[in-house]
Amino acid sequence: MSDSKPGSGAGPGPGSQAGPGSEAEACPVSGQGGQTASEPSPERPPVTDWRTDWDHLDPQWRDNPFPIWDELRTGPIARTERFEGAWLPTRYEDVKAIAYDTEHFTSRRILLRHKKYEDPPLPAPPITSDPPEHKAHKQVLLPFFTPQEVGKLEPMARRVCNELIDEFIADGRCDAAQHYARHIPVRIIAYMLGVPVRDSDLFIRWIHEILEVGIVDDEIGKNATKAMRDYFRHHIALRKVGRTEADPDGPEPDLIRVMMDGSLNGVPFEENHVLGTLNLLMIAGIDTTWSAIGASIMHLGLHPEDRARLIAEPGLMPTAIEELLRAYSPVTMAREIKKDVELGGCPMKKGEMVLLSFPAANRDPAMFPDADRVVLDRQENRHGAFGLGIHRCVGSNLARMEMQIGIEEWLKRIPDYRVVGDVTWSDGTVRGPRTLPVAFG
Amino acid sequence: MKVRVDPERCEGHSRCHALAPDLFVLDDFGNATAASDGRVPPGLEDKARLAVANCPEYAVEIVEDAG
Repeated sequence: MSDSKPGSGAGPGPGSQAGPGSEAEACPVSGQGGQTASEPSPERPPVTDWRTDWDHLDPQWRDNPFPIWDELRTGPIARTERFEGAWLPTRYEDVKAIAYDTEHFTSRRILLRHKKYEDPPLPAPPITSDPPEHKAHKQVLLPFFTPQEVGKLEPMARRVCNELIDEFIADGRCDAAQHYARHIPVRIIAYMLGVPVRDSDLFIRWIHEILEVGIVDDEIGKNATKAMRDYFRHHIALRKVGRTEADPDGPEPDLIRVMMDGSLNGVPFEENHVLGTLNLLMIAGIDTTWSAIGASIMHLGLHPEDRARLIAEPGLMPTAIEELLRAYSPVTMAREIKKDVELGGCPMKKGEMVLLSFPAANRDPAMFPDADRVVLDRQENRHGAFGLGIHRCVGSNLARMEMQIGIEEWLKRIPDYRVVGDVTWSDGTVRGPRTLPVAFG
Repeated sequence: MKVRVDPERCEGHSRCHALAPDLFVLDDFGNATAASDGRVPPGLEDKARLAVANCPEYAVEIVEDAG
């Protein structure tokens, strides 16, 4: 059984007009159904045909995307005229094929927005980098995110988790998304970057404005990006005069310093590159893992049998984490089509976008038997929650560590709890619970 | 039994190393190679198969089965 928010209506099923199973369905091409996105409207018309007019900002998708993906997987790659024309693969094989094809698909735009507002877009290396530059842009960061390196942060993560739990455990209830999950990754990435943890609320606001509000509101998105870049500019300037506001016990070098000192073939990184990477590290390091920890706590709250098993068999935790990552993958990325290409009979035109739904791929029953069921000890699990191919998430080892510690410490202190209200979900690119009321004790 | 990591396919997910730390080593960038020439000591065959079955890039393979 697929797990969506408790009590949510699934909404009308997708594709009710298109109907599954008709043989050799034509690829939905431009001009069929839908509307143009050239006149952005705050009132997004509700989607009635997901095959030709999909919209990942629609409340049906936000609240329960799984039946939508199930329906779309039975047909050709879905199309929409929203977002200035975009495609949506939902089968694992299609998502993987596009993730691997850097000849026809560029990463220079990785957010699907209602319109493309910048040309060229601001870079955020390495996620926006293509070969051949991509490799060097990524390698400067990788040594700081190996399992061994992130393992050194485990004691800190445990301390953070316990401090958070101390705040609410006596109340017998809390919002596990707001009071727990969201604070774990932000504190750790602030420490790694070398910025003060007291600014956490600011980071969380900027990220919400960039990833959620900014997708349909250019001004808010731009302003938040600029504020974040100015913030890092300030912390770089401090370092240039021998000062820092980093945690005195923090890593040496911190990631701001790493990027300041970074170079390619002896040429120092440009400011645009440095700021882009720092913005990326913060954005990618917070919402994503917040979402994964929250969804895991939600699942274990709704499935006491899984919770009991994890408590009884702690050795199962790493395997369970992978399964929770598969079933509740938070991150959806986009690509821009760089050269005309045909995929599954669909004519993809240069300049159009593709929404690369790793979450949908990870629920594909052709790849994962019993795909909608969480099987904590799933033995074969080649999920793509962290992407597939060259853009594999730089922070995947960090995210896994934070998830594992976050869930372990929660279950140690709060082994018995239940979800007691509506779970609400984030919009857009990173999917996870934003409110998760639970009661315990 | 021997295992091999295709360096062209490995993207550093480090699943193999997590599942079978005795069989794989990670370099400074987190990319994997087989430990000890890839030889799988007796008793670790299942872990080798698990590493194969959990690589998202299909980079890990069993190259030789001595039976």
